[in-house]
Amino acid sequence: MSTMITWSVTAAQILLGFAMACATFRIVWGPRAQDRVVGFDSLYVNAMLLLLAFGIRSGSTLYFEAALIIALFGFVSTVALAKFLLRGEVIE
Amino acid sequence: MNEGTEVPLLSGILTATLLIGGAAITLTGSLGLLRLRSFYERVHAPTLGTTLGTTCVALASIIYFSTLGSRPVLHELLIVVFITATTPITLMVLVRAAVFRDESEIERTSAGRAENER
Repeated sequence: MSTMITWSVTAAQILLGFAMACATFRIVWGPRAQDRVVGFDSLYVNAMLLLLAFGIRSGSTLYFEAALIIALFGFVSTVALAKFLLRGEVIE
Repeated sequence: MNEGTEVPLLSGILTATLLIGGAAITLTGSLGLLRLRSFYERVHAPTLGTTLGTTCVALASIIYFSTLGSRPVLHELLIVVFITATTPITLMVLVRAAVFRDESEIERTSAGRAENER
C-alpha cells in the first residue's frame, strides 16, 4: 500500500514540476509585465502544492507550515506587484 | 520516506487518486497559461490550479494524515480557504492594473499620432 502512495506522490511531483516549468516560461518570456506577474502567481501556487505533496511523502506535518507561509507571502507580494503596475509605487 | 507505516486500502486509493487528479488539473491550468494568446485569456487559466487543484491536494493530505494518526487532521483546510478567498482579489487588482496600462498606452500612441499629423 505504501508503494502505491509513494508512486502516486512521485507522479504528482513530476506533474507539478512541469506546471512550475510552464509558469517559469511565462515569467521569462512574458511579453509584458502583467504576464510575468500572472506567471509568478501561478508559480507560487504550484510550489505550495509541491510542498504539500512532499509532506505526504515524508509523513511529517512540518511542510504544511511552509506551504501556509508560501500562500500568505505569495498573496501579499502579488498584490504589491499589481499595485506597483497600477501606480508606480507600492505604498503612497 | 516513511517505511513500515501502512494506511488502509480505501484511504490509500483516495489519497493517490486525489493527489494525481489535483496535480493533473494544476498542470492543465499552467498549460493554459502557456498556450492562450492574449493576457485577458491567460489570466483565467491558473485559477483552475488555485481552486480545484489546491482543494484536491489538500483533501489528499487531510485523508492521509487523518488515517495515519487515526484522528481528524483538518489544518490543511486553512490553505484551501485562504487560497480560494485571495485568488479573485489578486487577479482583479492585476486585471485593473493591466486595463489601466493598456488604456494609458493607447492614449499615448493616439496623442503621438495627433502630434505627427499636426
